[in-house]
Formats: sequence, C-alpha cells, structure tokens
Amino acid sequence: MNVGAWLVWGLGATIVLTTLLAGSQGLGLTRMNLPYVLGAMVTTDRDRAKVLGIAMHVVNGWVFSAVYVAAFHVWGGPAWWKGALVGAVHAAFVLVVVMPALPGMHPRMASETRGPTVVRGLEPPGFLAMHYGARTPVSVVLAHVVFGIILGTFYRA
Amino acid sequence: MRAVHDLVGEMPRTPTIQEHAAIGDGRSVALVARDGALDWLCWPVFDSPAIFAGLLDPERGGAWRIGPIGPARVTRRYRDDTNVLETRFETPSGVAVLTDLMCVEDATPRPHSSHELLRRVACERGHVEIELVFAPRPAFGRHPPRLQPTGHLGLRCEVGAMLHALHGERPVEVVDQRAVARFVLAAGDAAAFSLTYDDDIAAIPLLGAHACERIEATCRAWRRWLSPLTYDGPDRDVVVRGLLATKLLSFAPSGAVIAAATTSLPERVGADLNWDYRFCWLRDASFTARAFFDLGFHDDAVAFCGWLLHTTRLTRPELRILYDVYGRPPASEEELPELAGYRGSRPVRIRNGASTQLQLDCYGEVLDAATWLHANAGLDREIEKLLADFGGFVLANWRRPDHGIWEERGAPRHRTHSRVLSWVALDRLLQLRARGLARRIDLDAVARSRAEIRDDIVAHAWNPAIASYTDVYGSSTLDASVLLLPWYGFEDARSTRMAATYRAIAQRLCAGPGLYWRNEDGLRVGEGAFGICSAWVVDYLVRAERHAEARAVFDAFVRCANDVGLFGEEVDPATREALGNFPQAYTHVGLLSAALALARRPAQVARAGGAR
Repeated sequence: MNVGAWLVWGLGATIVLTTLLAGSQGLGLTRMNLPYVLGAMVTTDRDRAKVLGIAMHVVNGWVFSAVYVAAFHVWGGPAWWKGALVGAVHAAFVLVVVMPALPGMHPRMASETRGPTVVRGLEPPGFLAMHYGARTPVSVVLAHVVFGIILGTFYRA
Repeated sequence: MRAVHDLVGEMPRTPTIQEHAAIGDGRSVALVARDGALDWLCWPVFDSPAIFAGLLDPERGGAWRIGPIGPARVTRRYRDDTNVLETRFETPSGVAVLTDLMCVEDATPRPHSSHELLRRVACERGHVEIELVFAPRPAFGRHPPRLQPTGHLGLRCEVGAMLHALHGERPVEVVDQRAVARFVLAAGDAAAFSLTYDDDIAAIPLLGAHACERIEATCRAWRRWLSPLTYDGPDRDVVVRGLLATKLLSFAPSGAVIAAATTSLPERVGADLNWDYRFCWLRDASFTARAFFDLGFHDDAVAFCGWLLHTTRLTRPELRILYDVYGRPPASEEELPELAGYRGSRPVRIRNGASTQLQLDCYGEVLDAATWLHANAGLDREIEKLLADFGGFVLANWRRPDHGIWEERGAPRHRTHSRVLSWVALDRLLQLRARGLARRIDLDAVARSRAEIRDDIVAHAWNPAIASYTDVYGSSTLDASVLLLPWYGFEDARSTRMAATYRAIAQRLCAGPGLYWRNEDGLRVGEGAFGICSAWVVDYLVRAERHAEARAVFDAFVRCANDVGLFGEEVDPATREALGNFPQAYTHVGLLSAALALARRPAQVARAGGAR
C-alpha cells in the first residue's frame, strides 16, 4: 500500500465529494447536508455543527478511502471503473442501510415512529434519504462515484 | 394604541391593507389580517417567491387562517415592546386569543429550523369553535402544492429541495390541496401550530409547553433589542412601534433595510401603480442612519451604514438606486399576469424596473449617511476612497437631468430635490475634508461646484410667479420634497423663500388633517397622501419654530395608523386607510425623525440640520 498516495488522493477525493454534495444542496437538488448531520452529533448550534461536521466528514472520507484502496489491492490494482463501481456500492450502502438506521445512532435525530423529543429534533433521512428531497439519491450516488473514480485514477500502488 | 373593534366572519371578504399586522424574524415578514388569515409570507428572505400571497389574489395566492367559526368581535395588539401579535376573538360562546410570531430565539438545547412561524390559539373564557385552513401556494401560486401528511414529521409541502412543514396539536385533513381542521377549545385549552422552512436538514419543532417557551423567548429577544432606546418623550408608543417595524424590515445578517414587506399593493386601488418594494433603496439611507443613531441604536446604525458602503463598492463610482439584501441589483422586472392583484390592481410585479434609472439624489444620501457614520463610529481609509469616487461622479454629472426621488418613468428632468442632494454630496465631502478625511478630493473643484450648484438652484428652482420652490426647473408645479432643504442644511427653515414655499404646499398639496400629496402629479392621478411627506412637514415646521402646528400635523397623521400602529406608504385621504406597500419603512423612519424633532427644542433641531 502506498501510504503517501492514499493520504493525498484520499484527501483530494474527499474534498471533491464534500464539494459535490454541498453544491447539490446549493443548487436545490437536495436538503441533505452530511457535515451538518455529523456535527449535530456534538452540538445543537447549526452553524457550529456545520463547521465541526466538515472536519469530521473529511476524516471520515479519509478513512473510507482506505477501504477503496484495500479493494484495489485485492482486485488486481486500481482503475477508474473499479473506483466508480466501489463508489456506487458505497453510495447504495449509505442510502439503503446507513441512512434509515441513522436515527438509532444519532443522539439528536428524531425517530421515524416516535418523538420528537426535547433533544431529538432533527428530521430523519428515511429510505434512500428521500426525506431530504426526491433527488437526494442521485446526488449521493454521483458524488460517491466521482470519489471512487478519483481514487481509481490517481492512486498508484 | 387605540383599540378598534369590528366583527369578522359574518361574510367572506378580502381584508384590506389596513387590516394587517406584521410579524417577522429579521429575514422575512408575514402579514396577518384581523380575521386570523395569514395571507402574505415570502420565505426564506424578503424578496423570495411568496408561499402565501392571498393579499394579492384570494383565490390563487394562498393563505393560512386560524380563527373562530362565525362572527367575532376582534381586538389586536402587539405584546409590549415586541413584534409578537395577539388577536382576541370575542364570540357569543367564548373568547379566544391567537398569538402569532416568528421565532427569533429558542434557548432549548435541540436543533432548530431555519425559520419557524408559530401560531397558538388559546381559549380564555367559555368555549370557541376554531377553524384552521392551511392553503400554501408556493412561488406565487405558480408551483402546484403537494401536501403530504407524514405523521409526526408533519404535513409537508416540498418545492424542489425546500421544505415547508406544518406541525400542530390538532389533526388536520387534506382536502383539495388544503389542510383543514375544526376543533372546539374550552376555557384553559390551547392548540399550537408551527410552520417551518428548511433548505437544509429540517428540525421538528416541539409544541405544547415548549411552544410557550419559544413565545416568551422571542418576546425577551425583542425587548432586549429595544433596550438601548434613549427616547423618553411623549410619543414613545409611536417611536417604539416605528423602531420595531423598521427592525422587522431589516435583514439581520447584514443590517440592510428593505422599503416594505410586500410587492404590488397599489398606490391607487384598481390602477397599475403597483411596484415591488422588497428591496433596499439608498434614498432612505440618511433618514435611517440618523434615526438609529439618535435613538441609541448604535449597532444597528453602524450595521446599516456598513451594508450601505459595502454594497455600493460593487458599482463604484456609480450607484444603483436599489439593491437586494445581499447587495445585488435586482434582476429584470416581471409581471405575474395570473394573479388578480389587490382588489383588481394589476399587474402584480416582482422585482423593480426603476433599478436602472439615474437618480442623482442617491449620492447625497450615501455621503450624508457616511458623514453621520464618521461622527459616531469612524471611517476606514478604503471608505474614504469610495466616498471620494462618489464625489467625483457628482462633480462630473450634477448638471444632468434625472428621474428623481419619485422614480418617474418618463424622460429625465432637472429636478430641484436631486440638485439639492448633489449639493449635499459635495457639502458632506467638504465637511469630511475639514475633519482630515477625504484627502483625495480636489478641494477647490468640490468647493467651486458646490457653490455653482447652490447658484443654479437659487436661480432656477424658485418660481416667483407662484412664490415657491418647484419640483422641476422652470415649472410651476409643487413637490413636498423641497421641504427637505432645511433638513439637509441647504436653507434656513425661517427664510422668506422657505416660508412661502411651505405656504404654497400647505395650500395646494394638503390632503386633509396631517396628510399631504407628494406633488401635483400625485394629486392629478388620484394617489393617496404620502406618509413621508407628513414627516417632512413636521420636521420643517419644527425647524421654522412653529411647534404647535408641527404637533398638530404629527398627531393628525399618527391617527391614520392602523389598530396596531403600522403605516403603509400612503394614506387614502377619503377613508384614511393605508395604500401602497405595507408596512413601509420609510414612513416609520420619517415618523421617528419627526418625533425626535418634536422632542428637541427648536434651536437643537436647527443645529441638527446638515451633517454632524
């Protein structure tokens, strides 16, 4: 494993992913704001949560890029299409598994079936994160595929 | 505040402009009619497309009513020193009180929505049957509403990635893209409803006791904002309501002040004098800055002037006459033909075509406000350069005809008010230079041009045949704006010419006790009397040491406020009801200035003319 390449391209891919997701929100495609979701785990202040969440999201992206790099090593080396495929699987996992389970993990997110409570007031994402807008899955899949393509193209073992 | 009683609910009707009260959160404003119908709201900011525009079209515009079924006697008030509205319905079976507000503060440790409009109806006595009809019509009714009940996640209305969600303590039923509910409240019962807006991940509001906490927190926030008030004169109610109304029209993130909360409320009912006022006019700068500073609102004054000077850098050395709250010139004006307009007053317009006019008075307004800013808070070097650039523009262009303060859409003309404000621009530059600032200006050229402008006005704006300053050079028509000459320090209010000018205006432009038409064009086309003109008259009379007359005009005009103390742009002289966009910052700021003038001794007012 080329640690230096992983660190550089993992960070680069994460920055592009974060920018694409924020851009999707700014363009009105989705209300989903992953840095805010992450930051809201540690603070109720919306503005502060977004700032903290950006840092948390970058660290998360770095960690996840290690999984992509591991997949490339197992799969006979990196390639852009392999990155895209891993990205698509990653996005599907996030949308189908992680998002619906988020209210169980997030201390300030309301449940689909109970609440809201004094503490838990954030809207839950729902299946495919569709509560955040019908086009949310499109932006999530697109961003993760681009994330994988960057790693598959530029990471060299 | 005087109490006004009337009966609502006996027959369907469209509420008048006058019947509305305003609530807001420093980013947007909603208007609530006396019958409990909220029929104006643009989210997320003042000039966004409306989600409720029933004021402009009861059929297509959308509204959200909470009120009793059947006739009720209605009284309203704002809670003391706040923008929290209480509407009291007295029905034959009981009394209910509806509290309306936009939450500006919530101390609870949980996520909050970007915007929350909270409505809580409580029964005080007997029992009252309440009806709720929630009919949002996003984008001025252009976007078909899709109401989706989602249980405890609320009744959702999504437009693209924007979410409007209604949460309530009573179940609602969706019928024909409206949510409706009927319920009976007995004494001691209450029901709260919350409408939230998010373009981010939404927060779900808590109701019940938590809603009451948010109401109290919002009241505390408004009272805290008002606490620097230094005024302790006889017109405190007018001053407090004027400040709170102006604050409602201030964009909290930047300090920009929009002219009014609405678009296309007509200056003449049934006609086409319908404009979008949801923008910031530089013209209001001088009055607004002085009023904030003089009443003790230093931070708001500095924020407003800061926004003004930051915004105008983008177009330096030329100024647009209006900007949006972010400092951008508005896009092209557009008509909405599908909306019927307020009582048939068409077309409904959004954005404002006057933004590209040449209006030379803006330069004087900005330089006057900057001079006040310097006197109270200082200026940085970059701003000095900016002001010198504006002065350079005035030096090069003051001889040009323009469209003037009333934004006439015909050919440009040589207007007295604009020429006086060109004089003000150069005068303030010289004042700044005398204080060691504006070092880049050509002192001789500015002083020479200032003298030339004065000579030009003295020679051409005075019409000896009618013994008055006129609105346009060489004409014989009057304009109330020439009463501002003493305000800007151009001429003493006690001069022979000003006394004669006031006499002519009082004879030809007076529309009734305390009311004045802006000019003879306004009189000819049947507009209402302009509120700001009454404020100018009061200020002039105080400066002319005619205090009793000033007091009479002020008191007569104040009686034209609606039941909660708000003014529109104009007043119909026949009915004394509000006309034009509502509520109007310029009218309220003018009244603040007039109340301050009345509270000072005349000699102090004379010294306050011109800049500090």
